[in-house]
Amino acid sequence: MPKLKLPAAPVPPALKPKPRRPDEHQHTAVDHAKEAGIGAIGWVDERMGASGFGRWLMFRKVPKGTNWFYTLGSATMFAFLNQAITGVFLAMYYDPNAINAYESVRYISNEAFLGEFVRGMHKWGSSVMVILIFLHMARTFFFGAYKYPRELNWVIGVALLILTMAMSFTGYLLPFDQRSYWATVVGVNINGTGPLVGPYLSDFLRGGPDFTAVTLSRFYAIHMMLIPGAIAALIGAHLYLVTKHGTTAPPWMKAETDPDLRTEKE
Amino acid sequence: MNHRQKEEYLREYSVLKNQGKPFWPYAVAKDGAMAIVVVGSIILMSLVLGAELGPKADGTTTTYVPRPEWYFFFLFELLRIIKPPELVPLATIGIPTICMILLFLLPFYDRGPERRPERRPIATTAGIFTIVAMGYLTYLGAAAGSPNEVELEASASVRAQGPAMVEQFEAGKQVLAQSGCLACHKIGENGNDGPGPHLDDIASRLPRDAIARTLVNPTAPMPSYAQLQEQDPERFNNLVAFLSQLKGEEEE
Ligand code: HEM
Repeated sequence: MPKLKLPAAPVPPALKPKPRRPDEHQHTAVDHAKEAGIGAIGWVDERMGASGFGRWLMFRKVPKGTNWFYTLGSATMFAFLNQAITGVFLAMYYDPNAINAYESVRYISNEAFLGEFVRGMHKWGSSVMVILIFLHMARTFFFGAYKYPRELNWVIGVALLILTMAMSFTGYLLPFDQRSYWATVVGVNINGTGPLVGPYLSDFLRGGPDFTAVTLSRFYAIHMMLIPGAIAALIGAHLYLVTKHGTTAPPWMKAETDPDLRTEKE
Repeated sequence: MNHRQKEEYLREYSVLKNQGKPFWPYAVAKDGAMAIVVVGSIILMSLVLGAELGPKADGTTTTYVPRPEWYFFFLFELLRIIKPPELVPLATIGIPTICMILLFLLPFYDRGPERRPERRPIATTAGIFTIVAMGYLTYLGAAAGSPNEVELEASASVRAQGPAMVEQFEAGKQVLAQSGCLACHKIGENGNDGPGPHLDDIASRLPRDAIARTLVNPTAPMPSYAQLQEQDPERFNNLVAFLSQLKGEEEE
């Protein structure tokens, strides 16, 4: 881990701010501003009591040996946030009905300010998120991080994985061009071959036995309300458990007994 | 892990945790750096690769490639590998479902105390095998082209039926080539080997009516061409005519 100690600015002692004397009054605007900030935080905290939570979250320790592989989880979260934010902007222009959908996407791509850029970020962000979620899963798998006491967090993770793939699947239809349309027709049909629930699942997705205009608005509702809500809630639970149990130390780390203790023994 | 092992782990872990550094600012700085890399790459990809939009969706035709997003290729490829129709449900849903269940239950059947990958040979091997298999299937999916041209001469028996038949044969070939059939079927040297069966000799296996019925009402995962039949019956008929000439005889 790189050392991140921020040294104090090298000012000669004469220029360092002097500690305030107890009897000195606070007059300057800066003093008041400082007080106001602290005061506002104090006001909120007095009514919400969240500072304990903040301390619990931020000032916990991460074990010795924590390395870059441990950033993959939060990277996945940032990719998800990217999808959420760009998605909101796309939703401002997108029109989820079979007649106008394609046209609205064309409008986003060709006319809306930065439209193609935002659409590109959403599109490529989905690939990045899928890659990151698999890498994060591989990390926790090879580090044995799914073992006691973090079993439940693994289970939540698998649910997140499935939901993420479901996001990709439902989002792919929305531009409503030839490729997305036919790929989704085939995809839903594939679902339909599944045992037991298969046919019901594809009927649910299509909104009936056939691929119709209803299908598109259904996919849209699933893609922008149902699954994102579930993912956000599950990420919350996931991170709660991460903080509660702490992240694992890399499996090859061994706790060293205090060297002083050892010398004493001899 | 039994009770003693659990206690041991927790004790060891709390020591390691105490020897670590506070989350803020050390871990936050790393996570932040990583976040910048992630969002930066997304922005870069968006700028360089853009977001294309194909032609508008059209239920009646043609020139489409029914391809999923690349990270679903591995699922789609399973369909190509597992051919017999009675096993298709196994490939499409069975294997993924089983994998999902195995994944969900992992912490419940792998409960040993060991965490170092090199001392968990079974888990590590299975993990690496899964990664290689998925990588390979994804590669296959990426490499599988979806041709939309068919090189196939009208056979002697077609020519014997007169020029009108040859014309219809050619027209039907066009429809087939433009309708994405070759993404899943093979005719002669054209197209992909699966998930659908070869069509070289489809006419000797199915009568003409049955071919038409299958197009309208296919077995999954094949999409239905009912809209083509409704809205452009001529092209649909050409397609059926073409298919019902494929008897699997020498195409010379
Ligand atoms: C939206 C998807 C996900 C997000 C945002 C997410 C986020 C996180 C974060 C921030 C951590 C903290 C430590 C780290 O980064 O490694 C973590 C830990 C963990 N995650 Fe995820 N995760 C996701 C998906 C998954 C998946 C798919 C799995 C596995 C199937 C999983 C299993 C775990 C486990 C077992 C831990 C504990 C690791 C440890 O303590 O070392 N997560 N997750």
